Amino acid sequence: MTTVADPPALRSRTPLRRRTRGPRRWYRLISPLALLVLWETAARTGVLPEEKVPAPSLVAQTGWRLATEGQLSEHLLDSLTRAAVGLLIGGTLAVALAATAALLRIGDNAIDPPVQMARMLPHLGLVPLLIIWVGIGEELKISLVALGSFFPLYFNTYAGIRDIDQRLVEAAKTCGLNQWERLRHVVLPGALPSLFLGLRLAIGAGWLSLVVGEQVNAQTGIGFLMMEAREFAQTDVVVFGLLVYAALGLLSDTLIRIAERRTLAWRRGLQAT
Amino acid sequence: MATRPTGDLTVQVTGLRRAFGDTVVLDGADLTVGRGEVVALLGGSGSGKSTLLRALAGLDPEATGDITVPDHYGVVFQEHRLLPWKRVADNVALGVPGAGARARALAALTEVGLGDRGDAWPAELSGGQAQRVAVARALVREPELLLLDEPFGALDALTRLRMQQLLQRLRDRHGFAALLVTHDVDEALLLADRALVLEGGRIAEELPIGLPRPRHQDDPGFGGLRRHLLDRLGVPAA
Repeated sequence: MTTVADPPALRSRTPLRRRTRGPRRWYRLISPLALLVLWETAARTGVLPEEKVPAPSLVAQTGWRLATEGQLSEHLLDSLTRAAVGLLIGGTLAVALAATAALLRIGDNAIDPPVQMARMLPHLGLVPLLIIWVGIGEELKISLVALGSFFPLYFNTYAGIRDIDQRLVEAAKTCGLNQWERLRHVVLPGALPSLFLGLRLAIGAGWLSLVVGEQVNAQTGIGFLMMEAREFAQTDVVVFGLLVYAALGLLSDTLIRIAERRTLAWRRGLQAT
Repeated sequence: MATRPTGDLTVQVTGLRRAFGDTVVLDGADLTVGRGEVVALLGGSGSGKSTLLRALAGLDPEATGDITVPDHYGVVFQEHRLLPWKRVADNVALGVPGAGARARALAALTEVGLGDRGDAWPAELSGGQAQRVAVARALVREPELLLLDEPFGALDALTRLRMQQLLQRLRDRHGFAALLVTHDVDEALLLADRALVLEGGRIAEELPIGLPRPRHQDDPGFGGLRRHLLDRLGVPAA
């Protein structure tokens, strides 16, 4: 098959588009910056009382102080550990159960109905019950994160496996692949896009659960930092804690997206055509 | 269910039955394919051609009857069915054992004229190219038998003609037997040594195609056979 060269008209259009795209990206920064300036001015002139909403510059100063004094890294490490352990437990359970339910009929009958029912319970509403079950220590925070991350990962893994084209599995069969090899070469890579989506949603739900969990009798963590600051009316620390949570969410999401782009290069190929 | 073929036969099927609910699609079909023989299986839509081929490919555990096929066979479907997450060469090498798998895959790709596309993703190929990769994937197993389920049915007319010529060349070189399911009478006449018509769940007609090779649709003798098969398939001359 021979490929035909692009007509020149098409080729010259690309740089034109690029020229307009560059500055347009900066336009999008204008309104957030304007809001920030407005917030700063309002706080400085006393329109916003400092004990309600501190100026952004003050929040930045507080953040810098907490970071240099070492408090931030200590609390951050504790929060990150809770998130990681909870995600590991919830995520492993979710993937294992979803794979069993999606691949085996007996697993589907045994696992899926209770999971579907449990999904309807708002897991953050379980806090009182969880306190009775596991107490108010680390177990509570980790259980909440595990519960929060379980459901999105379970449903996306299940759907990802079920959505795999049966015809591809058949083709692999005619190539002589046994059940284990079909799992490795067809099912796992086929379910990977959904798995990544599930992981991103799970991490989001995990952070949310951690925020709630760390407000229950925590002695460390970003949530503790905020709760303690509230008692002393240090609004700047509370706002800074919120920003740390937001940054953590953004950072983890970006990391997953980079991993996704690397692993799913074949999908990029799909878009490129 | 599947046992090794004996003697001059590559495929031997007796009493093949398959029903979907109350609808009996295959009702005791018998057929044989000789060593190196290309047999075309014709039939109207829904006559059970693909069902028969799937049973031979070992993809239908509910089909009953005696089926004998060789250990080494390849299947090409109407769609290419390449794994989108594996590069072309890895798709061809799928299930090929040993360290030389990649080299063999590239050799098979070269045979179908795509030796330089081994590192491409399936999504980057045209329909005809993807189908040629599917042929290479069947070929790399050095099959005694190719099972072809309307392999060129989804391609445009020109690409289809090229693919038919390619298949003819590959068959001359490798000498595999083939069962070609098709609804295209001309394709059957171009490629097959024998044509079978599936009707009512059985082989209703068997027609040797003794035309000299290389064949061309304009050859004398084509018209008569084409007319006969079309009549048999329920498309009488207007």
